[in-house]
Amino acid sequence: MSAFANDLSLAAPEIWLALAGMAMLMYAAFRGDRGWRESVWLAVGVLAVALVILADRPMMTVAAFDGLFVSDGFAMFMKQLVLIGGMATLVAGLGYMKREGMGRPEYAVLIVFATLGMMMMISANDLIALYVGLELQSLSLYVVASFQRDSLRSTEAGLKYFVLAALSSGMLLYGASLVYGFSGTTGFTALATLFEGDVAVPFGLVIGLVFVMAGLAFKVSAVPFHMWTPDVYEGAPTPVTAFFSVAPKIAAMALFLRVMLQPFGELVGDWQQIVIFIAIASMLLGAFAAIGQNNIKRLMAYSSISHVGYALVGLAAGTADGVRGVALYMAIYLAMNVGTFACILAMRRDGRMVETITDLAGLSRTRPLLALVLGAFMFSMAGIPPLAGFFGKLYVFLPAIEAGLVWLTVIGVLSSCVAAYYYLRIVKIMYFDEPAAAFDRPMGAELSGLLLLTGLFVGFFFLLPEPLLAGAEQAAAALMP
Amino acid sequence: MDIGLGHYLTVAAILFTLGIFGIFLNRKNVIIIMMSIELMLLAVNINLVAFSVELGDLVGQVFAMLVLTVAAAEAAIGLAILVVYYRNRGSIAVEDINLMRG
Repeated sequence: MSAFANDLSLAAPEIWLALAGMAMLMYAAFRGDRGWRESVWLAVGVLAVALVILADRPMMTVAAFDGLFVSDGFAMFMKQLVLIGGMATLVAGLGYMKREGMGRPEYAVLIVFATLGMMMMISANDLIALYVGLELQSLSLYVVASFQRDSLRSTEAGLKYFVLAALSSGMLLYGASLVYGFSGTTGFTALATLFEGDVAVPFGLVIGLVFVMAGLAFKVSAVPFHMWTPDVYEGAPTPVTAFFSVAPKIAAMALFLRVMLQPFGELVGDWQQIVIFIAIASMLLGAFAAIGQNNIKRLMAYSSISHVGYALVGLAAGTADGVRGVALYMAIYLAMNVGTFACILAMRRDGRMVETITDLAGLSRTRPLLALVLGAFMFSMAGIPPLAGFFGKLYVFLPAIEAGLVWLTVIGVLSSCVAAYYYLRIVKIMYFDEPAAAFDRPMGAELSGLLLLTGLFVGFFFLLPEPLLAGAEQAAAALMP
Repeated sequence: MDIGLGHYLTVAAILFTLGIFGIFLNRKNVIIIMMSIELMLLAVNINLVAFSVELGDLVGQVFAMLVLTVAAAEAAIGLAILVVYYRNRGSIAVEDINLMRG
């Protein structure tokens, strides 16, 4: 097989998504708005096929297209999470799209293109590839955030997301230009070899690295670049919020890990303190700011900020075990968030969506099973054993202690105690408050199915953690040989 | 006086800072924010081209072409979002974008 054909086969999942996305666009253009339901299922199928193609790629680390693109175990693990997140949120949004007049086929097409951008980000091995993948993702996400174009909230969310994301792309790009200028290369492999041994690092390059980190911190919504998250989560249509909270976050976290540990792995002394700072700030702000929230989507925004903080603890450790912790954390985070958003999508009274926490009052008496599952997700997010969330935190805190970051871990554990307050408040409202009127029935087979799957995963992860742990282990080994 | 790399970098840094301040200090109009974003991206382009010439390496100029392309797409999408927002709100003043307080 020629080198070029080999390159194409390594990027086959991405190429498939690009071709299928364009074909879906044609379908949408000819079929019109009537075809929205088929297009959602088509998109789920397209993502599933990409997952199958992905599983067939070799596990070893191979660079393709002159080193612009890399396929390794880490990329495969993270891409699988992104694809699963995309499929789950597409299916979860079906009922919402039908009822809220969001039934237009472009939604599914945009999700496919956003997923393609994320996969390019995860596999980027060059600053140019990184930027183009990131922008393909962002441009699609701006449009999905404002997808309910007759709703003031949705368009305002889209506008805010656009302005702040464009600002962060600008910062990342400025950093990339400085890195290029002071090192003479944009390739990650060449950058990594540049810093080997005891070489003096130009000051301009460190400034560039800080700008790149600021851009990446924005994409994972870490403090101090988190201000867009609550507004966008609250304003965007709920299925879009569910998508925002999983797939782009996982992809951006994967990108963050790769950029810090591969090209700039030797500069760990320069960036470690910044990662520690943003991890602490995200954990604390996520824990304290969520206490006063009454809208459950806003609360989930602050919860996701604090989860990003915990995941960054694993990166701050800067070891292969830390990377394994982050990969595992993102997988568990995916299940918890998809499940919680499936519950939020079931919060419907008299045909209208309700979003405040008080609407959950007495859910245990009107919908005992839904209350049980949502309660399990809340306990898991708070990190209470034996639920999955506990293991996620355990596997990021242990490497941090081994790396000597005891204070960081202590602050992490304390802030997770604070966060437990607002998670448990939801449980208290569901189980001990006077029941409000019941939610509409039926909630839809797709939501029940998702709740069953994610609930089983979160509840019984401790019985069979080996497959996922082994996958995360392989991912970490690929990133830090 | 010879104009060297330092001068180009200074101009780019000033433009970039102007862009950032344009976003944060501007209290009038969203269009000005979009112009500021464009200004930031152009500052990056000056940086890339100046470095490319200095290093004798074409990658920087290729990067600049890609940035230009993406900036055009970004401006198009931003204006489209602004149009749907204007239809709902009837105003594009920055102080009116306040339905949700972050």
